[in-house]
Amino acid sequence: MTAGFIADMTRRSVLETFAAGSAVAAHPAQAAPAASGTLPVTLNVNGKAHVLALDPRTTLLDALREHLDLTGSKKGCDHGQCGACTVLVDGRRVLSCLTLAASVRGPVTTIEGLAQDGSLHPMQQAFIDHDAFQCGYCTPGQIMSAVACVHEGHARSDDEIREYMSGNLCRCAAYPNILAAIKDAAPRMPDKA
Amino acid sequence: MRPFAYTRANDAAEAVKAGGSFLAGGTTLLDLMKLDVMRPVRVVDINDLSRDFGAIAYGPQGLRLGALVHMAEAAQHADVVRNYPVIAQSLSLAASAQLRNMATLGGNVLQRTRCTYFRDTSWSHCNKREPGSGCAALDGVNRKHAVLGTSPNCIATYAGDFAQALIALDATVELAGPSGARRMPFADLHVAPGDDPSVETVLRPGELITAFTIPALSFARRSLYLKIRDRQSYEFALASAAVALDLDNSMVREARIALGGVATRPWRAREAEAALRGKSLDENAARAAAEAAFAGAVTHGKNDYKPELGKRTLVRALLQAKALEA
Repeated sequence: MTAGFIADMTRRSVLETFAAGSAVAAHPAQAAPAASGTLPVTLNVNGKAHVLALDPRTTLLDALREHLDLTGSKKGCDHGQCGACTVLVDGRRVLSCLTLAASVRGPVTTIEGLAQDGSLHPMQQAFIDHDAFQCGYCTPGQIMSAVACVHEGHARSDDEIREYMSGNLCRCAAYPNILAAIKDAAPRMPDKA
Repeated sequence: MRPFAYTRANDAAEAVKAGGSFLAGGTTLLDLMKLDVMRPVRVVDINDLSRDFGAIAYGPQGLRLGALVHMAEAAQHADVVRNYPVIAQSLSLAASAQLRNMATLGGNVLQRTRCTYFRDTSWSHCNKREPGSGCAALDGVNRKHAVLGTSPNCIATYAGDFAQALIALDATVELAGPSGARRMPFADLHVAPGDDPSVETVLRPGELITAFTIPALSFARRSLYLKIRDRQSYEFALASAAVALDLDNSMVREARIALGGVATRPWRAREAEAALRGKSLDENAARAAAEAAFAGAVTHGKNDYKPELGKRTLVRALLQAKALEA
């Protein structure tokens, strides 16, 4: 997705996107006369309930980062293409950048909720042991996705891990070490995240 | 993103009464709202409708898939995997694990095109986004654009995979709407771009997909989805084929064929099916069917390669389906 989108984006469209008076800059003047104000939203994050007053447009990712100061989940593409924002909702991995905070029903687990009693989750430790990152920006999403990948039962072979981790891009290309970390951590993981 | 009012619907009646844009998985809607391509004033969250339309049921009548079932759930359901492999594969080869956990089946078939000129509002010419404004893709970067079902006004590819399995298997779609429930062949849901590419389906204002039903089809066990793309995973099809075969030894009693990545809407290749009926399936017969499927192809420069790629994709899919133990 990302590769294709960038490849298709011509020089002209890049220039137009960043030109003065672009579509982005035009928003305030054209704002629809829709809802103003906030919605009461209750989020259960890493075992703790939070009551927030949020603009309906707030994504789960922005609620975590901007309102709860949980900045582990990262904003990469903000369009569901890179996986850096991956969190668990009801134990299933989802993209928090494409999730409205107001629409969340189940408990949320972020990278900050993986360590227990001061001990790293086996997947976190394995990423360190296998040097499974360089810049580290995609790493929280990689680890959340990897934990879910193992719990789903999709870590039975190298090919299966690659397929089921394809939604998490690493532009440093640490993929071989990420694969090694997941294989190492899988048998040592607790039954639930 | 522009402001909108957010409400939740408890059931289908509430949802269709509320009107506005329905939010289920949100993987298309939120993406296109951030890009300012979709600008709903009201967003109606229908995820609680999973109580009524969130189940998968298989029986003598066939398969029923609730519209709120997530892609991942249907892709791994034992009855789907065993009896309709083409459906399971069309879902598991699409998107990423995260997106398959989020996206629902109803939303999946309504996903919008990936045409760059549609998605990027800095382009002023897009008949799908702004009717009457023109089509920048006709002489633009159209490598991934459609060659079947095109019009002089739009060549945007229908990007989905699941819809190809549905149309090949004669699925029915069930709808709820302000004037009651109705059902129709899935093949009638999407329309070709024609004069107004902004109209993509026959859905009426406020109408909502509630379920898909797929008839019992014993030979659907001999079915598969072959997807050819720029990278091995997490990518849209350049060409794909959904194939189901009813064989008497190597003689084709009936073939079901749909083509993805090459057409403007879900595409049933009936000419190819007719070309195979009663024939012994070998590479020559498969090639003749593929030629029939793409006889009407229209290309626009950078997608000149697509008819040949599409033909080879279909030939390989047919021969692989023949080789299956079913």
